[in-house]
Amino acid sequence: MSFYNTYNSFENFSFEDFFQSVSDNDILKILNKDHLNHNDFLMLLSPKAEEHIEEIAKKAKKLTTQFFGKTISLYTPMYLANYCVNRCAYCGFNSENKINRSKLSLTDVEKEAKYISSKELQHILILTGESREQSPVSYIKDCVKILKKYFTSISIEIYPLSTLEYKELVECGVDGLTVYQEVYDEKTYDEVHIFGPKKDYKFRLDAPDRGGDAKIRTINIGALLGLADYRHEAFFAGLHARYLQDKFSDTEIGISVPRMRNHTGHFEPKFLVNDTNLVQIILAFRLFLPRVGINLSTRESAKLRDNLVGLGITKMSAESCTSVGGHAIENDSTSQFDISDERDVEETKKMILSKGYQPVFQDWI
Amino acid sequence: MSDLLKIGDKEFKSRLFLGTGKFPNKKIIAKVIEESESKVITVALRRVDLDSKDENVLNYIPKDSILMPNTSGARNAEEAIRIARLAKASGCGNWIKIEVINDNKYLLPDNMETLKAVEVLSKEGFIVLPYMSPDLSMAKRMVDAGAAAIMPLGSPIGSNRGIKTKELVRILVNELNIPVIVDAGIGRPSEACECMEMGCDAVLVNTAIATARDPIEMAKAFSKAVEAGRKAYLAGLGPVKEEGRASSPLTGFLRDESN
Repeated sequence: MSFYNTYNSFENFSFEDFFQSVSDNDILKILNKDHLNHNDFLMLLSPKAEEHIEEIAKKAKKLTTQFFGKTISLYTPMYLANYCVNRCAYCGFNSENKINRSKLSLTDVEKEAKYISSKELQHILILTGESREQSPVSYIKDCVKILKKYFTSISIEIYPLSTLEYKELVECGVDGLTVYQEVYDEKTYDEVHIFGPKKDYKFRLDAPDRGGDAKIRTINIGALLGLADYRHEAFFAGLHARYLQDKFSDTEIGISVPRMRNHTGHFEPKFLVNDTNLVQIILAFRLFLPRVGINLSTRESAKLRDNLVGLGITKMSAESCTSVGGHAIENDSTSQFDISDERDVEETKKMILSKGYQPVFQDWI
Repeated sequence: MSDLLKIGDKEFKSRLFLGTGKFPNKKIIAKVIEESESKVITVALRRVDLDSKDENVLNYIPKDSILMPNTSGARNAEEAIRIARLAKASGCGNWIKIEVINDNKYLLPDNMETLKAVEVLSKEGFIVLPYMSPDLSMAKRMVDAGAAAIMPLGSPIGSNRGIKTKELVRILVNELNIPVIVDAGIGRPSEACECMEMGCDAVLVNTAIATARDPIEMAKAFSKAVEAGRKAYLAGLGPVKEEGRASSPLTGFLRDESN
């Protein structure tokens, strides 16, 4: 079984006809339901549902408080390397881009770790581009061994691995896996992934399953919003999360809502996702998947992040930097994309507290 | 006559146990504990940052409380045991609430894995309180394995649905000779009171207090409700009657005869 089967079952489905048929009454009925099915979820993503966004937000806020309390978990990304063999139209690390490439030495990893952990952060997300030559699994393992001394939770956002490789990393101390499909629409996927191992749609789609088989504790998925019709993409991302929830009942599933940002290169997103669209997606996720963590990164503006505390979001990155060793190491490596919310950990913490929420720095030991 | 709850070698006047997750900030926790008069406080060890002064939740818990770390996050007995040992080594004492959950949708406990952890940890000298689905035969096994009290759920964690498992919990109260503490699902003071009226020995509340508009006032309300329910239980509730009856309309004439 693979999520690919679920995805394919919608091959001849007309989203447009479905959206046309959604009525105000349908939305109001969903707001009174406890357990939503995939039709309800898709209705919440419809243009019609946008007219009821305030009511949907009320329910989302209530569910978030009920299941996650008045808390927001914090983490920060740490880029280990930006070497990449893929040519992905939308990414700053695209192998054709003439950018400064680098990789942290183990000494630098320790320096960076010391600096980040001095900021109270206990959860870290490590990232690399896709290069088995420059950043092989053995290198990531060496990094994790060092990071274990400084952090209570280590997640990876690297190229997709085999189950066995995921197992090796779990044994070293990795407890979280982030792997975005980027775009669920298979045709668009093929277009924007021009060259490289990432062209293999299904190998990437099944990566969370392999992580689950390797008994990783948390799996975080998402679609890069802007590459294809966001209503369809959000729908598949939500179904994917539920599929993983059903299949791996002891794994915590999370979902991210990354919107396309400026980066090196000239790719323009095909579909614009405005703030209302983004909020509608977040709220629909919350109602469909009440216990799934929803992650909002510093790609988004400080103002939007402030307003979304409590409205479905449960996890945020803070003081992010998308270049290699960007927290503490002096270098001229190019960033993967621009960030928008540039506040440091202390400022982010203060903002969350001022909203009546508790920033959570540690959630695993 | 004093009415104290005994667990291990400790005695408690208050029968309200408190959880410390989900609060809007850590500072408020100290005030909530004080106002609730609760003396048993549970903390998720996975959230305890021992190295940070501001972030270490233990710094907000009064020293005269019994700390009951829980194994939240554990998916099996092995992880629960690891967390329990870590808690003890970190100076959190020898009480442990075993929480083993491998169901990410409803957060229902895994009784089988919980039992395995109870067996190991009670042998190691822990005061073990397993959080479990209210099942009599499993509860008896927990008792045999050395549990100091049983913590059946009222309804799923955080659901605020009240004591939906009432009939099963009532059986545990009748049949077990160790304290039964309803944990999870209690959304209102009246529901906490209901648990106490039916003879439960204590209740553990977290979400309902932590996410209230005013957690401190809600803590007081729960404290009073638990006390009221306990008093009612001790006083002996009158039997439930089908209809209001002022006298004995059918057999009253017999009294006339005896006169």
